[in-house]
Amino acid sequence: MTHVALPDFMAALPEIFLAASSLALLILGVFQGDKAAREIAWLAVAALIVAFALVASPLHAHGPARQVSLYGLFVVDGFGAFSKMLVLIGSALTLILAMRYNEREGIARPEYAVLVLLATAGMMMMISSNDLISLYVSLELQSLALYVVAAFHRDDLRSTEAGLKYFVLGALASGMLLYGASMVYGFAGTTSFDMLAHNFADGGTVSIGLVIGIVLIAVGLAFKVSAVPFHMWTPDVYEGAPTPVTAFFSVAPKIAAMALFIRVMVGPFGGLLSEWRQVIWFISVASMLLGAFAAINQTNIKRLMAYSSIGNVGYALIGLAAGSAAGVRGILVYLAIYLFMNVGAFAVILCMRRDGKPLEGISDLAGLSRTQPGLALALAIFMFSLAGIPPLAGFFGKLYVFIAAIDAQLYGLAVIGVLASVVGAFYYLRIVKLMYFDEPAGAFDRPIGREIQAVLVVSALLILFFFAWPGPLVDGADAVAAALFTG
Amino acid sequence: MENWPLLSLITFLPLFGVLAIMVLRGPAEDVARNARWIALWTSLADFLLSIVIWARFDPTTSDFQFVEQAQWLPQFHIAYQMGIDGISLFFVMLSAFLTPICVIASWTSVKVRVKEYMIAFLVLETLMIGMFCALDFFVFYMFFEGVLIPMFLIIGVWGGPRRVYAAFKFFLYTLLGSVLMLLAIITIYFQVGSTDIVTALNFNFPPELQKWLWLAFFASFAVKVPMWPVHTWLPDAHVEAPTAGSVILAGVLLKMGGYGFLRFSLPMFPDASAYFTPLVYTLSAVAVIYTSLVALVQQDMKKLIAYSSVAHMGIVTIGIFTVTAEGLQGAMIQMLSHGVVSAALFLCVGVVYDRLHTREIARYGGVVHNMPKYALCFMVFMLASIGLPGTSGFVGEFLSLLGAFRVNTWVAFFATTGMILGAAYTLYLYRRVVFGVITHDDVRAMLDLNWREIVVFVPMIAVVMWMGIYPDSFLKPIQPTIRNLIENVQAARETGRRLALNVTALPNPFPRGAGLATRLETVGGEQP
Repeated sequence: MTHVALPDFMAALPEIFLAASSLALLILGVFQGDKAAREIAWLAVAALIVAFALVASPLHAHGPARQVSLYGLFVVDGFGAFSKMLVLIGSALTLILAMRYNEREGIARPEYAVLVLLATAGMMMMISSNDLISLYVSLELQSLALYVVAAFHRDDLRSTEAGLKYFVLGALASGMLLYGASMVYGFAGTTSFDMLAHNFADGGTVSIGLVIGIVLIAVGLAFKVSAVPFHMWTPDVYEGAPTPVTAFFSVAPKIAAMALFIRVMVGPFGGLLSEWRQVIWFISVASMLLGAFAAINQTNIKRLMAYSSIGNVGYALIGLAAGSAAGVRGILVYLAIYLFMNVGAFAVILCMRRDGKPLEGISDLAGLSRTQPGLALALAIFMFSLAGIPPLAGFFGKLYVFIAAIDAQLYGLAVIGVLASVVGAFYYLRIVKLMYFDEPAGAFDRPIGREIQAVLVVSALLILFFFAWPGPLVDGADAVAAALFTG
Repeated sequence: MENWPLLSLITFLPLFGVLAIMVLRGPAEDVARNARWIALWTSLADFLLSIVIWARFDPTTSDFQFVEQAQWLPQFHIAYQMGIDGISLFFVMLSAFLTPICVIASWTSVKVRVKEYMIAFLVLETLMIGMFCALDFFVFYMFFEGVLIPMFLIIGVWGGPRRVYAAFKFFLYTLLGSVLMLLAIITIYFQVGSTDIVTALNFNFPPELQKWLWLAFFASFAVKVPMWPVHTWLPDAHVEAPTAGSVILAGVLLKMGGYGFLRFSLPMFPDASAYFTPLVYTLSAVAVIYTSLVALVQQDMKKLIAYSSVAHMGIVTIGIFTVTAEGLQGAMIQMLSHGVVSAALFLCVGVVYDRLHTREIARYGGVVHNMPKYALCFMVFMLASIGLPGTSGFVGEFLSLLGAFRVNTWVAFFATTGMILGAAYTLYLYRRVVFGVITHDDVRAMLDLNWREIVVFVPMIAVVMWMGIYPDSFLKPIQPTIRNLIENVQAARETGRRLALNVTALPNPFPRGAGLATRLETVGGEQP
């Protein structure tokens, strides 16, 4: 009689907890109906907080030690824990932002919170995946939930179009990723990240099929992080989806996909840095430039934020092109700061309503500093921070990726990056200009809601005073990035 | 008071004023009045503090004084470090001196959003002073760049009709230069292993790298100074900015470029500085002549003074890159003098602008008849700008040109020509505005300076005369630092030259058959 040992499910406890609570909330939603949407959303936030605590606790108990479980499919390490915390914060904050908006738009349904929870569980599994198969499965869990959320305003033409567009293009990207994975499996003979890493540890000669496989995987992941030239869906989906969904899309899935990108590139294919560096170099440069130039002429603030997020992904990818611990540290710091900047900016965008109707035109912000000075100040802080002006936090995000780039002697990339940031500064400043230099176009509806106000104040303070105490974030990112490379 | 962190105090004191203004509540009228008073008292307190620092400054040493250190990012060897030497001392004083003047000058001319205006100026003061005190590259860069935010808002919110264009141009030009400097700073960080400025100052960078780093720093400082041909943001920014904004722009922000050359470019990259000196001379000489000629044909008073600023700063950059004691001291005095004089000239424009709401020169004329006090103040600053002996401008320009003459007579020739042109356009301006017969009725109705304007001008006249008649009190604290700077630069260039000689002229320093002892001796002798 053979003894079958059960795998260590404890490693995946936060994910299991999230999945279970999403099912529980689904049942609750079915029984309670739409009137309980707000309660269920708060319960979902509570579930995310508990998951956050679960993720945070082993990190302190065992340190950032690496632990592989579930037959090698699942890995728990400091890097994963760090990224998961960011994802959870992003999901929780955007879920809080969504409540009031959904009620006002008449789309407050319990399914929203359930789908966000499911997507978040998928994201956390993505971050922890240690095998091409678990990668694909978790990516699909995340993506399918996101497609539905994009079309959540089902009576709205733009929202359904966004959902469909996202689904079709996302399916294409998934297909490419899957094709790449099969190529890698065919040429390397394994799907395990550890085995792949072992095989490529010393670089050496690589077959062309394997390179194609890696490139296709990179394409699929580039689609998920919306890097140029696989960004086409982003402006349309961001514009069409309900605003809280856009806020959610711009942070949590992006952070998760970026973490997965790092996990795949420096993990199994870390030894092949010289093979894929040029690819990342190119998509980084293209994203930064397109993000900067294409945003200039936008009139819709959600489209503008879409191009802004494309540009920001370009900066984060600088760290990946560096392919070093310093680079990963830079990305993690960047993503953490980006998370709060974006959530804050979207909190302001959610407040843009006049006579009960949501507004999306950039020109609607005109003269905001006269009508709602607090809101204008907060958005100005986020915009200056996104432009990377010190002493705001956004500057530090850029600083650490540029440090990594110079360290890796990617001078060209760094110079293009800083020049693109000057172009980018133009359109962020344009928003400040509208709010502060122009005559008021009329006030927004009040009150904006206590929970939105809280999110706004917290993120603005974090961005404004990050410089005073950058230690915890930077040191944490430094430790987990170093651990990722030493194994 | 022995162990007080004086520099942090002077840097962050204005922020307390900001906090106080922020909590103001009540009717708009009261809030505006209280905001003005709070801003005035805070900036005056800061100025008093700067006098304390001057009094306690030891003028006999070239070391950094009042040094403070605090952990910031220990893992990266990035620390919060402050300290001043002879070069930075007077820039700190200049910033602290001009801010209360700005507050008084905008007392009645700024009517909308007074609270935000005063907050912007106090934040600006913190950033300016912090920049001059910073002894860590990242701290320096944060202050240096941070200045853009309040200045952008000051130009854009309280500026003239084309304020949006001017604000964007100012912001983007300066940012473009600065980001390249950021990359250079990161490169230095990897070379030196920390961002400590003092360590970097004593570090020998490889000559090839020096050139790149020098160019990156140059991109930033040349825009700030501004040097021809990247000066075009300055006339726009000056014309559109409110009076006090112009005062700070001309008085302090332009000096950031000169300060950067003195603090970083020269001592850290001595070889590259020598290599690029002809470039700097050429650009500066072109600037001096060209912008003076442009200034001659201006119809707008502020634009004229803006172009004259470019010309005067051209003389400063010439003086700095002569690397002679005269040139450097002259450049320092010229910067301080220009900081006060051009600021005062903008205030002079502001005085008549507040009354007539136009800056067009042709709209004035004969002002002397009904505004004699104003004519007197204007005359003092006008003559100081020309460089009349007995005013601060003379000391600065004379010393700079003396240094230039010792190094390169042609450069001195062009710079002196610029001075003559400077006299031409300044006197021409003065004649058209102040002298002649009053032809416009509204000019006849203008009132002379009120007590508030006199309070602004009197201390500035005092400083201008003081610097002109007894410059020693300003030169004394500067001298040791300048001397030390020149010695270091020359020593570094000497080693650089020797190394180059060793490589090219002496391919084999150890002839065959020489014993070990001789070799060791040779090696020992090579050590500087």
